[in-house]
Amino acid sequence: MPALNQPALNQPVLNELEKGQEIGRRVIDVNRVDLVKYAGASGDFNPIHWNEAFATSVELPGVIAHGMFTMGSAVQLVTDWAGDPGAVVDYQTRFTKPVLVQDTTGTEEPGAQVEVAGVVGALDEEAGTARIDLTVTFDGQRVLMKAQAVVKLSA
Amino acid sequence: MSINPDLQGRSYPAAEVYEVGREKVREFARAVKATHPAHFDVEAAQALGHADLVAPPTFAIIVAQRADAQLIEDPESGIDFSRVVHADQRFTHHRPIVAGDRLVAELHVDTVRGMGGGAMITTRSEITTVDGEKVATTTSSILVRGEGQ
Repeated sequence: MPALNQPALNQPVLNELEKGQEIGRRVIDVNRVDLVKYAGASGDFNPIHWNEAFATSVELPGVIAHGMFTMGSAVQLVTDWAGDPGAVVDYQTRFTKPVLVQDTTGTEEPGAQVEVAGVVGALDEEAGTARIDLTVTFDGQRVLMKAQAVVKLSA
Repeated sequence: MSINPDLQGRSYPAAEVYEVGREKVREFARAVKATHPAHFDVEAAQALGHADLVAPPTFAIIVAQRADAQLIEDPESGIDFSRVVHADQRFTHHRPIVAGDRLVAELHVDTVRGMGGGAMITTRSEITTVDGEKVATTTSSILVRGEGQ
């Protein structure tokens, strides 16, 4: 077993990072079945995330993704970059806009596409951490604000 | 019914134990489209120095929302769950959650702020092992929409 302070191959190293540096970007396809899976995995069965009639009855434009689904899937960019999901010591966001997921069941079309990009927002050498700021958008609008993940890295 | 302003400062003691299972870690990881091997393969997790499969960074929401349910279901709270909107969320990990952990959460209602006919409620869950080891602190704000909001 490698010592904890030894980065594995390709893991980022704190003193090689620069503020403003991009860590990557990706597009997450979201389908109605993904929301059903997330409901089951998380225990959040609010029908606004899977039932169109219920969602519109409470004045939503349609079925929307769980904010926690968006938050949880967006951070994968950070964990994959860091090389260890246990390195994320802090992660926060505000939920500003819903992700509306169309019913495209039975087609190849995604019900929604969420775009995620991450940059190094701050470096704390004393704490041995990097703060990654995520920009998470749907339909050209930011759905998460102040989405920040603090990652413990080796120096 | 409106939100009870006396909720602020209230706390709910740790209730049932949440036992983190390997299959639940895998299921949750798939549900957030995580593919890192440390969520799925015990040897890969151990190679990174973890005792067992590592839970994704937002896994603690399962434990935190169970704790929140005590408040939402408290008949004294006045919260109508169908009018609840999740406003913000934060996870601070004192150490990663791994399969095999036996967790409990103590819920604190930190602030209750009236907004129109509704309210913004901020809660904090202190998640520890059953032996009292600190694991995670989660904070969450919910907006309870008033009538017509």
